[in-house]
Amino acid sequence: MITLEQLSKRYGTTTVVDQVSMAIERNSITVIVGTSGSGKSTLLRMINRLVEPSSGRVLIDGNDTAREPAHLLRRRIGYAIQGHGLFPHRTVAENIGTVPRLLGWDQGRVRARVDELLTVFQLDPGEFAGKFPHQLSGGQQQRVGVARALAAEPAVLLMDEPFGALDPIIRAKAQDDLLDLQRRFATTIVLVTHDMDEAFRLGSRVAVMSQGRVLQYDRPAVLLTRPADPFVSRMTGSADRAMKLLSLTTAGEVAVPGASSGPTVAASASLRDALSELVWRGAESAAVIDANGMPCGRLTVAAILAHGRPD
Amino acid sequence: MATGIARRQRIDPLGALVTAVGAAALLWLPFVVLKPNRILPGDARSLVAVLPASAAIACLASLMLVALVALAMSNARVRLAAALLGVIVVAAAIATAGNLLTPAGNRVVRVAPGSGFWVLLVAVGLMATDAITRLRPRPAARVLMLALFAAAALLALAHGTFDHLSVMREYAVNAGRFAHEVRQHVWLALGSLAAAVIVALPLGILCHRVPRLRGGVLGTLNVIQTIPAIALFGILMAPLGALAAAVPLAAQLGIRGIGAAPAVVALFLYSLLPVVANTVAGLKRVSPAAVEAARGMGMTSWQVLTGVELSLALPTILTGIRIVLVQNIGLVTVAALIGGGGLGVFVFQGIGQTAIDLVLLGAIPTVALAFSAAVLLDALVETMNRARQ
Repeated sequence: MITLEQLSKRYGTTTVVDQVSMAIERNSITVIVGTSGSGKSTLLRMINRLVEPSSGRVLIDGNDTAREPAHLLRRRIGYAIQGHGLFPHRTVAENIGTVPRLLGWDQGRVRARVDELLTVFQLDPGEFAGKFPHQLSGGQQQRVGVARALAAEPAVLLMDEPFGALDPIIRAKAQDDLLDLQRRFATTIVLVTHDMDEAFRLGSRVAVMSQGRVLQYDRPAVLLTRPADPFVSRMTGSADRAMKLLSLTTAGEVAVPGASSGPTVAASASLRDALSELVWRGAESAAVIDANGMPCGRLTVAAILAHGRPD
Repeated sequence: MATGIARRQRIDPLGALVTAVGAAALLWLPFVVLKPNRILPGDARSLVAVLPASAAIACLASLMLVALVALAMSNARVRLAAALLGVIVVAAAIATAGNLLTPAGNRVVRVAPGSGFWVLLVAVGLMATDAITRLRPRPAARVLMLALFAAAALLALAHGTFDHLSVMREYAVNAGRFAHEVRQHVWLALGSLAAAVIVALPLGILCHRVPRLRGGVLGTLNVIQTIPAIALFGILMAPLGALAAAVPLAAQLGIRGIGAAPAVVALFLYSLLPVVANTVAGLKRVSPAAVEAARGMGMTSWQVLTGVELSLALPTILTGIRIVLVQNIGLVTVAALIGGGGLGVFVFQGIGQTAIDLVLLGAIPTVALAFSAAVLLDALVETMNRARQ
């Protein structure tokens, strides 16, 4: 658990982050979303003290982060940024092994960890370990950047617009991978983005920032149905808010026991995708199937529509 | 195959230039100059007039072959082989001319290479460097070629191949001093470079970190760079002389108004600008994202500086060092004027005695040193760039 207490950052007379207090849950993805200049990156960078707070405290599991040297703190916290920031003069394996080497791991352990991470990120160690960053595609560079951030098994991972430089298709894949990764390593992830769709897709809780203040910090569904502020509703968008709400729930959560002769929909698919499929097929209900392809219930258009309204 | 034939028949422009220049040198310029002694002007002799008929024919035939390759062949290896043949033929011709024209036992008559020889040598040398450029050798191969060439030249010199030529006559007279002056030359160039790097590297890092300093520091160093070397030696004489007079320890350390001290100080000052400017430029080129990531992962400031920033800037910094080293090897020559020693000693003595051979004894090794330093450091920079893009 990360606790931000009355955290502020002022440069001269300009206040960039203004009295932010937040409790960030363990083992979840928390997204900070805002326009450029909202202070979201500064807030993130105060967690690993790349920016020193002007006032306020950051506690990780109850310990004040100001109490230990900043560079030692940062070695325990993963950090991934837009444009990956890989070291161009070091190989992929050397890049990923950066923090473990700083921590003094022995060579064998570093190599084993690098191979493990490359495999997790679907990069063949034999092929990629010895390559230099410029020999990789944009998506591969981004994956190596995240692998490097995770190398020393940090409990906390900070990500600053990590997918900002990727094209839409690779970005969607990278977002799915991140969700898998979070479950796999049970990491506490804090991610900064300007993209509300990305925030909704990844965040179990989302903080909306503007002019240095957090306007609302809650589950995505609550941001949609009960926006605390006109700015929040502008950020979430009102034209397609019903569809956004549908995208937050999966077919498996809404399915009821029973069979359907309609099209099949994966239990992990969002209600938005399920509705789209039903509209496309002109069907009233769909058969929901689990990850193994076994039917596990039925889903009707009416049930889907009921979830697209604020309750 | 029509295009292939057309390509083969096209005349190589550089080959045409080299051939024209070489032919003109053979026809109209003196290959050797026979002087009654080391100072008096002498008689010009052409290559054909000097060599015995059979040797002259062999020599001209070989040079024609070289010209043919230069004009018509596009294969870089063949061109390089032909150019090297040209170098060997021209060198053998001048060595033979020296041996034939020197009366036995006569130590006064001088056989000096004439303008025709030098122009021919430059022509085949140009062809050789062009062929090497076309081959695009890896850095290690270039260093190997330099080593082979240097070894061949030193072997020929040690064997006495050129002993009857005027420059080698000057060497024979000055052999003991020559080794000493070469050492002094290298020491002055490297010592001032080392001192400059020790100061310029931190100064460059500081200028990078504090942009407000940059304009002032680089501006000042630029002004120093524009002061002519001789003027700078003169300017330094007074303060260094005063320092030596006031501080006995300084005098004991060899610091005085003339000699090596002002030379090293001047060369040091000249060396600062290229190293500082390239350090700043190299650090500026380092990706800010890489530095941000390095800090974010918990590297200390020192680790970020040495492991990321300087590592990435190193090829650019080395380019600055290369500029300085080559520049210093040339400038050290002027240091002889104020008693700093080095190969310039022979150059200025030669000028004073109007003995051009003595000037060459100082100038040729200087050029060779500068050229070797350039090749070595270029290879080093390229090796780094290959490894780290």
